[in-house]
Amino acid sequence: MKVKMLSRNPDHYVRETKLDLQRVPRNYDPTLHPFEVPREYVRALNATKLERVFAKPFLASLDGHRDGVNCLAKHPKSLATVLSGACDGEVRIWNLTKRNCVRAIQAHEGFVRGICTRFCGSSFFTVGDDKTVKQWKMDGPGFGEEEEPLHTILGKTVYTGIDHHWKEAVFATCGQQVDIWDEQRTSPICSMTWGFDSICSVKFNPIETFLLGSCASDRNIVLYDMRQATPLKKVILDMRTNTLCWNPMEAFIFTAANEDYNLYTFDMRALDTPVMVHMDHVSAVLDVDYSPTGKEFVSASFDKSIRIFPVDKSRSREVYHTKRMQHVICVRWTSDSRYIMCGSDEMNIRLWKANASEKLGVLTSREKAAKDYNQKLKEKFQHHPHIKRISRHRHLPKSIYSQIQEQRIMKEARRRKEVNRLKHSKPGSVPIVSEKKKHIVAVVK
Amino acid sequence: MSVVRPAESLMALSKQEELEDFPNDYPLSTSEDEEDSGGDRKHQKLLEAISSLDGKNRQKLAERSEASLKVSEFTVSSEGSGERLVLSDLLEPVKTSSSLATVKKQLNRIKSKKTVELPLNKEEVERVHREVAFNKTSQALSKWDPIVLKNRQAEQLVFPIEKEQSAFAPIEHVLNGWNARTPLEQEIFNLLSKNKQPVTDPLLTPMEKASLKAMSLEEAKMRRAELQRARALQSYYEARARREKRIKSKKYHRVLKKERAKKVLKEFEELQKVDPTAALEELEKLEKARMMERMSLKHQNSGKWAKSKAIMAKYDLEARQAMQDQLARNKELTQKLQVASESEEEGGVEEEGDLLVPDAVNEAHMTADGLNPWMVRNHPGDAKEAEIQKDREQLPEPMASEASESEGEERPVAEEEILLKEFEERRLVRKTSGLNQDTKAVDRQETKDTSSQEVLSELRALSQKLNKDKHQPRKQKVSLERTVLPVQREEPAQEEEVPLLLQRPERAETLEELEELGKEGCLQNKELPRSALERQQLERNPVNQPGAPKEKKRKEQMIDLQNILTTESPSVKSLAVPTTIEELENEQERDQKQMIREAFAGDDVIRDFLKEKREVVEESKPKDVDLTLPGWGEWGGMGLKPSAKKRQRFLIKAPEGPPRKDKNLPNVIINEKRNIQAAAHQVRVLPYPFTHHQQFERTIQTPIGSTWNTQRAFQKLTTPKVVTKLGHIIKPIKAEDVGYRSSSRSDLSVIQRNPKRLSLRHKKQLKKNSKD
Repeated sequence: MKVKMLSRNPDHYVRETKLDLQRVPRNYDPTLHPFEVPREYVRALNATKLERVFAKPFLASLDGHRDGVNCLAKHPKSLATVLSGACDGEVRIWNLTKRNCVRAIQAHEGFVRGICTRFCGSSFFTVGDDKTVKQWKMDGPGFGEEEEPLHTILGKTVYTGIDHHWKEAVFATCGQQVDIWDEQRTSPICSMTWGFDSICSVKFNPIETFLLGSCASDRNIVLYDMRQATPLKKVILDMRTNTLCWNPMEAFIFTAANEDYNLYTFDMRALDTPVMVHMDHVSAVLDVDYSPTGKEFVSASFDKSIRIFPVDKSRSREVYHTKRMQHVICVRWTSDSRYIMCGSDEMNIRLWKANASEKLGVLTSREKAAKDYNQKLKEKFQHHPHIKRISRHRHLPKSIYSQIQEQRIMKEARRRKEVNRLKHSKPGSVPIVSEKKKHIVAVVK
Repeated sequence: MSVVRPAESLMALSKQEELEDFPNDYPLSTSEDEEDSGGDRKHQKLLEAISSLDGKNRQKLAERSEASLKVSEFTVSSEGSGERLVLSDLLEPVKTSSSLATVKKQLNRIKSKKTVELPLNKEEVERVHREVAFNKTSQALSKWDPIVLKNRQAEQLVFPIEKEQSAFAPIEHVLNGWNARTPLEQEIFNLLSKNKQPVTDPLLTPMEKASLKAMSLEEAKMRRAELQRARALQSYYEARARREKRIKSKKYHRVLKKERAKKVLKEFEELQKVDPTAALEELEKLEKARMMERMSLKHQNSGKWAKSKAIMAKYDLEARQAMQDQLARNKELTQKLQVASESEEEGGVEEEGDLLVPDAVNEAHMTADGLNPWMVRNHPGDAKEAEIQKDREQLPEPMASEASESEGEERPVAEEEILLKEFEERRLVRKTSGLNQDTKAVDRQETKDTSSQEVLSELRALSQKLNKDKHQPRKQKVSLERTVLPVQREEPAQEEEVPLLLQRPERAETLEELEELGKEGCLQNKELPRSALERQQLERNPVNQPGAPKEKKRKEQMIDLQNILTTESPSVKSLAVPTTIEELENEQERDQKQMIREAFAGDDVIRDFLKEKREVVEESKPKDVDLTLPGWGEWGGMGLKPSAKKRQRFLIKAPEGPPRKDKNLPNVIINEKRNIQAAAHQVRVLPYPFTHHQQFERTIQTPIGSTWNTQRAFQKLTTPKVVTKLGHIIKPIKAEDVGYRSSSRSDLSVIQRNPKRLSLRHKKQLKKNSKD
């Protein structure tokens, strides 16, 4: 027969040091903890409110450029280093932790059109309006040395963009055509054209590194295969695409920032229908960059704001703006996926938190647990009207707000007209075109 | 004219393709055209001849254009002349002059060659290139599909993806700087060193090495030869077995089988004489084999052979015989042997009556297994024949008598007799062995269960048969005509009927009630057990029975209050159902169908609604609160309940709520739970990923906080979707990260290895540059 006895062992309840947490015996009997749903609801509501209270995304503004910031580049090895090129041909290298400029180079005459870093982080390339491609050392010149580029390539035409291969000593420029360059040579090893129009941006695929995407002024997006030295496919949209960005976690997905205020996420194998149309901007979208986790991307717009979109949602989850920020020309998501940088017309580079209410710095485990719990609660109750309303609430400048209203009215009118047309015409004569298909003009093989 | 022709012909040759292509465009009209144009030509010639008569128009003759009406710089068309140009035409003038032999040769060579197709134009070529490249690329990309899908569906993603490689050190390296310190370790090492086990290089012990060395070449050869021989022999035997197995002759197999059986029997008998215990064991084995066979159900009618025989049985006596044998064998096999408990051991033999009961049960069970429903329908009346036959087979004396009875169809075939004899012998053997065993058991005191059981079972079988013989005359009243196949379906049917009949009073009760309900109001129909199944359940649960009427009464009242649905037609039908069932048996099927139809008929909806409403009303009623504390002021514990007095004292009666809004509205349920204040906080529309409101409710209702969950569960429930490391660079996903092999060749090298097209492009580029 088993005899049960009460036994008390001090080892079980006495703390060894005062830093030890007290072991609290718990009884999880649900009858002892009633009202689970209401209590969690209140917690969720509080968490949502606190999130909005603590949503202070703006971290710093890096000033120093004497003209609008035209391009930004991340350092592949160092989180603290950022490079920026301005409209007056100046390139600056910034230290984000110190929030100061480390180095300034007068790289080009006229605009710095594009800037990219080498995959190893030892040097970077710039292209400018002066028809040159220049390679620079990442470290500043030694004492008494002249600030000079490592190499300078004189081109025949203006280069409007540049991107470096993710693994090899190859880079691509665009302008009249897409050129693939070996770093060691002064002439392109391969150049690809399809049609005759200026190409405004070119991007290497980070995963399948032989793939390139480019967008041209004649409203199309062209994909290239570097190995086979041939274009692959072309999709023509309603309006011009300013730039595109590949998803760093999904090899065949890229997002294009379009002049028609929208962003289009494509699966490159099926270009006839975008996977998702992201709309919220009220003016042309000028730049887009993916979070390194591949779950979200940030877009910069002419409407003086930047927005963060989840990849699988058509609406943005966040909008950042300040009174002083003018048209945002370039935007980058830092490699640790925590911060966002944007360069704008009024010569500043701004640093934002990717999660507006996130606490910076190292969290204790309890803080972390609380954060996770609150996050889950918010997710759980996100459909409840009060919580939804609070979490969705954003302040917008009047200009954007009124623009949104206006565009809503326009859209509604267009929709109404479409419905009416459908209603009053012979059934089947007016095709119903989905929003996704609406903006695609053609796919050219 | 002949001067002009060769020149033309050469030109035509160079454009031969067009020439040949041309007719293809008008494949139907060419012949007509030719005729037509031929006629024209003749006409033309005639005119010319006439005009040349006067000799004036020489000039006109000279300007005649022979090749074509349409002169084009690209093609020579035969339109004008209306004739097809054939190479032989062109060669005609060449024949005459031998100096043109080389040309002739060349032309002949050309004639034999096929023309090369025109290359596609540049755009087309590029398009094809692009398409091929695109397909290739998308194929290469689709290898990422599973990974992308996995990542999208992942509960949690942890970044950066690439993990730091844990360095593998070979065990020798680890062991070098390590000494055995604890006594256990020392002991282990001692053991290892003693047995000369390898410590550092775990490949071979010295023993193994020695053994490896020990075998000489000759030995190895001999060994190999031996093995070879064995293998050859084995293959030979296998081949033989296969050959024998493939022999189709039935007779051969029959004989073989019989031989084997005889041999076994003989051996067994010998064994019995020499060593009874061994014989017993053998017998046990036999018994086991029988059991196995019984389990395998090999001898039922489901086999291919049996089925074919069943078909043949109608016409072929032999097949009939075979079928019967098969059945008999099946019966013999499927008969369950009674396992006797030890207490029964002493008196079991004499008590026939006692034994009878289980046997009967057995019998019923066995027959319930059913042999062939196929035959049931044909000969439903001949149920008893099976038993008769079985008796005949199992017991010699009755068999003989019955055989005389049943004379006609059953030819005493030798084989069958042998078979029967075998059975008898086996039985005898069993009996004798059993007896032997018994006698020994008396001596030894130590009885083997199995053997005694066997004896008992034998005896029981005997008694059973005797008993059945007694019963037989009664059963045989049905029909005495012999049929080919004994069918046993009737038995289970009767068995089913019996309980039905027994339970009839209860059922009648329900029927009466049904009728009453029907008179009072059709609403009670919702309480009617519609389907036969339900009814049966009701009947079989006599415990529930008393409760049912009360419920019905209550419901009647409710329904009366509401008095709706008074004239619903299906209810009348439902009343008719039980009566029809009670009626003719052959109408059963039809009735069943009808019942099913009624079960799914429209009135169900109304019933459901009423039921739902009733439930809602019940639920909305305020509940009594029981504040009794067990063990408070009196003894408490397992099986003790607080006294009725206490319970009554602490039971707080709920006040009667306000009357429901839908009290007088029979067709609606008005939800009175909705709270306008709370509604502002509630979700109005079912959110997207959910398909049913219950799903959503469930997710809301499961708490995730640590107040309600254990620490582990809490952590699991609150895992964030994406985890990133502070200050770590997240690189794009790589093929190596997910276990794919990345392409070994670099993109650059691929480009440089692609010189042809590149040089072409390069040239173009250079040209363009120079132009600029």
